Amino acid sequence: MKVQSEKPALECLYRGFKAQSWGRAVLAALFLYTAPCILPAASTAADKWPGVDETVVEKYAKEHGRQAREPLINTDQGDLLLFVFLLAGTIGGFAAGYYWRILMSEKVKKTEKEK
Amino acid sequence: MHISEGILPWNWALLWFVVAMPFAGYGLYRLKKLSNEDLSFKPLVGVMAAVVFIISCMPIPVPTAGTCSHPCGTGISGILLGPAISILITAAALLIQALFLAHGGLSTWGADIVSMGVVGSFAGYFTFKALRAVKINMAVAGFMAGLLADWATYLTTSAELASGIRGDSPFLPLFWKIVIAFMPTQLPLGILEGAITSGMVVLLYKKRPDLLVKMGVV
Repeated sequence: MKVQSEKPALECLYRGFKAQSWGRAVLAALFLYTAPCILPAASTAADKWPGVDETVVEKYAKEHGRQAREPLINTDQGDLLLFVFLLAGTIGGFAAGYYWRILMSEKVKKTEKEK
Repeated sequence: MHISEGILPWNWALLWFVVAMPFAGYGLYRLKKLSNEDLSFKPLVGVMAAVVFIISCMPIPVPTAGTCSHPCGTGISGILLGPAISILITAAALLIQALFLAHGGLSTWGADIVSMGVVGSFAGYFTFKALRAVKINMAVAGFMAGLLADWATYLTTSAELASGIRGDSPFLPLFWKIVIAFMPTQLPLGILEGAITSGMVVLLYKKRPDLLVKMGVV
């Protein structure tokens, strides 16, 4: 019985690694840049993080004499906004999942027809 | 990038509304036309509408800047559905956010559609098409499209805000001041949006290459 050499397998592994190394390097660089944004330990911020709508848009508008008005339906009261966000996320997530399933089941139907 | 209710003077708010409406109208026309031709395209519109809505109201904290902000999602919808329909679904998402989520406003709806919908969708679409035309890898083209769509949106918001609130002060210094204020948050978030866009384009290409061919993406 012929014993297979380990060399081709190692070579394949090396070539595969080499081909992917650029991609990995780019991913690693992106991770290093964005990691401080998601790691709380790197935080230098205050306890509450306001949105840029407040810290940039409303701040500069105020400096130039323009104030934000109360929205038509003001849900920014207590925990109401949190609840509305949760509701919107749930409905949006359900819709995304529902249509995604339709998209993928179409693929199954198509492949069955082709057979 | 949501400009809150009342921030823009009425004449500027009206101008952006007038600019935005023909794009949204054309989006509606394209949606009807494509739906009449092929019903199987509707689920993709449904997925993208949900994705744009969720992504554009999902606050992501950026501790290094001490603030939080959101990606836009219009890069990916611009690539997959074309800019016109992408603008339409963005307009719908922004209207719901202005009405129920205290994000943006009804008077500033037009300005928000122009920055996120029109500029974001076209920036994503043209970047992807241009990079694919010179045979750039799909993942890289998707990444750059998402990144530039995000940054272009915030540049437009800066221009809209600076032109609306400047009064007698010169436009450019205020515009750059706002752009620089956005940078610490939007530079990393743009990269994140690029990664999301790239991942979604590649995932859809792997799962439903026929759909991307039909939509003219590849």
